[in-house]
Formats: sequence, C-alpha cells, structure tokens
Amino acid sequence: MAIEVRIPTILRSYTGGAKIVEGAGDSLSALIDDLDAKHNGLKGRLITPEGGLHRFVNIYVNDEDVRFLGALDAKLSDGDSITILPAVAGGALGFAAAAALLGRHPSNRLATASNSTEG
Amino acid sequence: MARFESLLDACGGTPLVGLPRLSPTVPEGAPPVRLWAKLEDRNPTGSIKDRAALFMVREAEESGHLRAGDTILEPTSGNTGIALAMVAKLRGYRLVCVMPENVSAERVQMLRMYGAEILFSPAAGGSNQAVATAKQIAAEHPDWKMLYQYGNPANARAHYETTGPELLHDLPTITHFVAGLGTTGTLMGTGRFLKEKVEGIRIIAAEPRYGEIVYGLRNIDEGYVPELYDASVLDRRFSVGTRDAVLRTRQLVEVEGIFAGFSSGAILHAALAVAHEAVKAGQPADVAFVIADGGWKYLSTGAYGGTLNDAEEALEGQLWA
Repeated sequence: MAIEVRIPTILRSYTGGAKIVEGAGDSLSALIDDLDAKHNGLKGRLITPEGGLHRFVNIYVNDEDVRFLGALDAKLSDGDSITILPAVAGGALGFAAAAALLGRHPSNRLATASNSTEG
Repeated sequence: MARFESLLDACGGTPLVGLPRLSPTVPEGAPPVRLWAKLEDRNPTGSIKDRAALFMVREAEESGHLRAGDTILEPTSGNTGIALAMVAKLRGYRLVCVMPENVSAERVQMLRMYGAEILFSPAAGGSNQAVATAKQIAAEHPDWKMLYQYGNPANARAHYETTGPELLHDLPTITHFVAGLGTTGTLMGTGRFLKEKVEGIRIIAAEPRYGEIVYGLRNIDEGYVPELYDASVLDRRFSVGTRDAVLRTRQLVEVEGIFAGFSSGAILHAALAVAHEAVKAGQPADVAFVIADGGWKYLSTGAYGGTLNDAEEALEGQLWA
C-alpha cells in the first residue's frame, strides 16, 4: 500500500533531501512508524515523548488536518496523499515578528490575555 | 441602504449573496445545497480586517492603553495594516507596519497612501529574518505600541459581535460557516457565536498553503500557533494550495461575477468540498463563506490570467492571503 508523503524543508535531513517519500500503513501512526523505519529519527520530530502529535507540526491527509480526523488514529487508504508542514500561522512572517516583539516588550502588548473572550 | 456618521460607523453590515451557479446541482427531489458569499470586500478599506482593526483600536482606547498621538507598531503582511492605517488616520495615531518584502505592490502603495510607514523585513530570511528585524525595531522604539492581532481578544470579539450575528440574521438556516485561517480571529469569533445559536452548525477553516519559503523555520520548535486559536471551535480544517485557490478565485469572477482575492478562492475550495459532501449524503445545506477581500490588490501578480501553471509560478513565495 503506497501513500505519498510530502516532507517540509526542515525535515528533509531525515529523508536524504527527498521532498516526497512513500510509506505504508492503515492509520497515521502506522504510517509514521513505517516512515521512521526508513528514515530514522523522523518520528521523534513529529510525535512528542508523551505520544501525541507535536504542537507545531501539522499533518494533512488529502489536504485535511488530521487533528480533525482522529489525529494519529486517522484511517489511511492506498493512494492517499499526506502533507507535513510546520505550524506557522497565516501571514507567517508577520506573526513571527509579532511574537518576537511580544517576547521583547511584553508591556507593549495592548491586549491582555486576562480579558474575557467572546460570550 | 443606510447613512452613517462617519466611515468608521460604516464598518460591517456586508451583503450575503447566493451563488446559484457555483452551488452544486442536487438530484431531483433531493434537499437543496446552497452556497452563500459574505462580501467583506464591501468594508471601508476593502477587507474583513476593518472589523478587527476597529475593535482592537476601540478596545485599546477604552482601556487607556492607547492615547492620542501614540505610534502603533504592527507586524502585518497586508490587510490588517491597511485597515489599521485607515482607523489610525481617523483616530489620530501614527502607524508603523513591519512587513515582509514579498507582498504585492498594491498593498505597499495602499499603506503609504493611508499614511502608514513601512519597515521591510527581507523575504529571503523567512520568519527568522522577520523576527530579527522586529526585535531590532522594538529595541530602538520601546514606546511604540502593538495591538497584536494574533492574540488580541478584540480581534475575535469583532466577529462574535458583528460577523456572526449578521450571518444568523441573513441566513437563519445556516448549516456551515467557512472562513480563512490566519490570525484565527474570524473563525474563533464567528464560530463561537454560531455554535451558541445554531445547533449542529459546522465551522470549517481554509488555511492557505504557501510556497516553501514561508515555512522556513530552523526547527519545528520555532513554529507558531496564534494565541487566539482554539481548535474546539472548528470541526474541520483544510489546507488549500495555490493552484486550487487560483482556480476557485477565477471561477468566482467567471461564473458568479465576484472579483475576489486569492484567499477567498481557497475558502470557496473548502466550501465546495463540504457542499458536495452534503449532496452525496442527501442532506440540505446552507454553506456561508467569506469573501475576505477584492482582487484589486493582487492584479499586479498577473495570476488572474494565463495558465494555472503560470499563476502558480507568479504566486510562488508570495503571501497571497
């Protein structure tokens, strides 16, 4: 069973520079185990020691976020296409800058986290 | 039609229009599945970001954090900056935007027209370079103030108090709401409101998938999830690539006459996916989605004409949403 997996730049050191690799498995966790067997260390970058999906890793099955499809238990079929991306938020560069500014000058943050949100 | 005391008062209240040609055809006797577009390009500066900008500035004024004459510093790749520039101009603030240099020329021109100052961070360095640039600016100007759209509850509240109620008023039979995922403010605010009011409603995110340069982190731990993001508000989340976004953006204008930016094409792509699923399941659906902005600011990309391959190439490395 072949499943195509797109590897982000940041993880290609594990795939010998390959952008796309093939794997097998009837669930996401089985696929990741299979990938790790071929590309040693990859699993450790995707899964936390506690066994969950890394907070800053997004994995999509046929363009849909696996966190809404059962996460690591998401069922896979032959021919599925998997995309792995680092979580960077829309307008990533702006966000990166914003986060850095906050870290640098928290007192400049006008919104207060303690404000009640909607409702 | 209505009249308003000022441009700021004319924010929101955008039309919801049906898409009879793009809505999927259902078999005879099957319940209708309809697509509805909320035209957020009809806001004062032409994007949905006017709502958040107005709410964030107003909240900062009311809490006393922002005073007349202050300088607002906002890292933004486009629409929020333009919206803030207009609000800042009318409310008496100076705006400095930090933005990557790989955004469309129109965005830069509009910001300058509204009086904002722009500090660029090099595109080539990706997020790391943006971080370095922003840190340096903040160190040099400790008195400048940030509204921080990614973590500012007023961003989501704008949609909880305006976008959500408008949708429910105009489409009480709404079954799905689809919007773009960036700061997450639109989805969090509108989504929470609709989940409280409409049983069984599905909230769906369409996230732009950019070229590789945008994901240029040194390691995974440098990733970013906006503080506003709460996954429990969403039911599904789609990643939409440039090609699909361009294809749908062209369909919007060719089939329904709606001239929109590329993020709206990405949103339509996700909306069509759920609409077709409803048809398959034989269920009625009223799918409302967001037209985040018009296409004007993206004309210089050339991605409205030529082949899809050309368009994909033209947008490679650009922040098109």
